Amino acid sequence: MMVAALESGSVIDHIPTDKLFTIAQLLELENFKEEVVIANNLDSQIMTRKGLIKIAGKFFSEAEINKLAVVCPNIRLTVIKDYQVVEKRQVTLPDTLTNIVKCANPVCITNNEPMKTVFYRMDTQTLKCRYCGKEQKLKDIKLK
Amino acid sequence: MENRSIVSIADYRKDKIQYLLDMAREFETHPNRELLKGKVVATLFFEPSTRTRLSFETAANRLGAKVIGFSDPKATSSSKGETLKDTIKMVSSYADVIVMRHKLEGAALYASEVTNIPIINAGDGSNLHPSQTMLDLYSIYKTQGTLENLNIYMVGDLKYGRTVHSLLMSMRTYNPTFHFIAPKELEMPEEYKLYCKQNGIKYIEQQDFTEETIADADILYMTRVQRERFTDLMEYERVKDAYVLKANMLGKCKENMKILHPLPRVNEIEYDVDDSKHAYYFEQAQNGLYAREALICDVLGITLDEVRNDRTIIK
Ligand SMILES: [Zn+2]
Repeated sequence: MMVAALESGSVIDHIPTDKLFTIAQLLELENFKEEVVIANNLDSQIMTRKGLIKIAGKFFSEAEINKLAVVCPNIRLTVIKDYQVVEKRQVTLPDTLTNIVKCANPVCITNNEPMKTVFYRMDTQTLKCRYCGKEQKLKDIKLK
Repeated sequence: MENRSIVSIADYRKDKIQYLLDMAREFETHPNRELLKGKVVATLFFEPSTRTRLSFETAANRLGAKVIGFSDPKATSSSKGETLKDTIKMVSSYADVIVMRHKLEGAALYASEVTNIPIINAGDGSNLHPSQTMLDLYSIYKTQGTLENLNIYMVGDLKYGRTVHSLLMSMRTYNPTFHFIAPKELEMPEEYKLYCKQNGIKYIEQQDFTEETIADADILYMTRVQRERFTDLMEYERVKDAYVLKANMLGKCKENMKILHPLPRVNEIEYDVDDSKHAYYFEQAQNGLYAREALICDVLGITLDEVRNDRTIIK
């Protein structure tokens, strides 16, 4: 499959095939004016099949990267400037997530006040709400 | 400025717990003082709880503070949509300390983040209730002379009973052995059993509540088994009388055994138990006054030394 090289922008790679469209939606790709490439079911050396997104002219903020990490841990992010790779990294879940995810507990204060949520990473699969203390599995997590 | 709020005591270290117990003991010796003369204590009960509010307000009054606040959320602007943050900010400009109870979990922690004055959590949802835990610890300490190595039997609703959860966590460092006696539907939740395992706390689960099963208890902690907690009402009918403590069940119990209950009771302790030397629940409620006097002073930065050398005691 031929995809033109990116002059400047970001590449999200190693996306599980079933998560590709969740990520595309999360990034609101329909709003981008520059070149966007979405590919799925590509052959991969470390996964059987993978998805990939290239976005020209886009550089992610730390908050956006954290959001990606919640939906899809272990994706790889490459940042390109002037056809050169300036950064390549494995996206990982940070220790603290501020205002990224929503608490699943309806009687948690965070669902009833205009306030930021705070979650702590307990292990690779589990987050814990700072306020109500309830632990929540990453796979069930809803973004704020 | 360091925020001295008390949101939870579950992670308090032993020396801090002991410090508060020692302070409560000073207040038991001399409950009436003017230590807080000129101070204003606000009691904000977004969720009504007459007992807890009266206990805190009595504690504040007996220390010479003035009390403001509300006991019914319907009377406040929060029922008109005011945020918790705005209410806390407003009251913070009037009072030196806020005692608050709220139906939402995490409300007290959030309140402590939006103000510079200390917050005392008087219960937030099913989450935490540190002043109840403190008075439970004080009652256990007073009657047993120690918190170490005790057999603590928790009976009744262990699923929703937050007082038993808070007590369980705060006993973490005292090498207790817990016995959880509850009907199947109301047994101790998995997360607390996991907590026990992670912290090396011994526990035994059983459903039988008899003279024999409680014979080895140092503390018998009774809770209400409420009808509305059951999804299966047949199950409720079957077990409702199985977790009632009767005087004739006390024949084999240890000399030092004391019966605690967070009150109010409905029918889980029969009235003939009240006359037993093991009954301690009314004293326990009274201990709440001393424990709360200690908590209010602690968040206001008043030290144990200052309490011991207090010249404002009213004899
Ligand atoms: Zn929460």
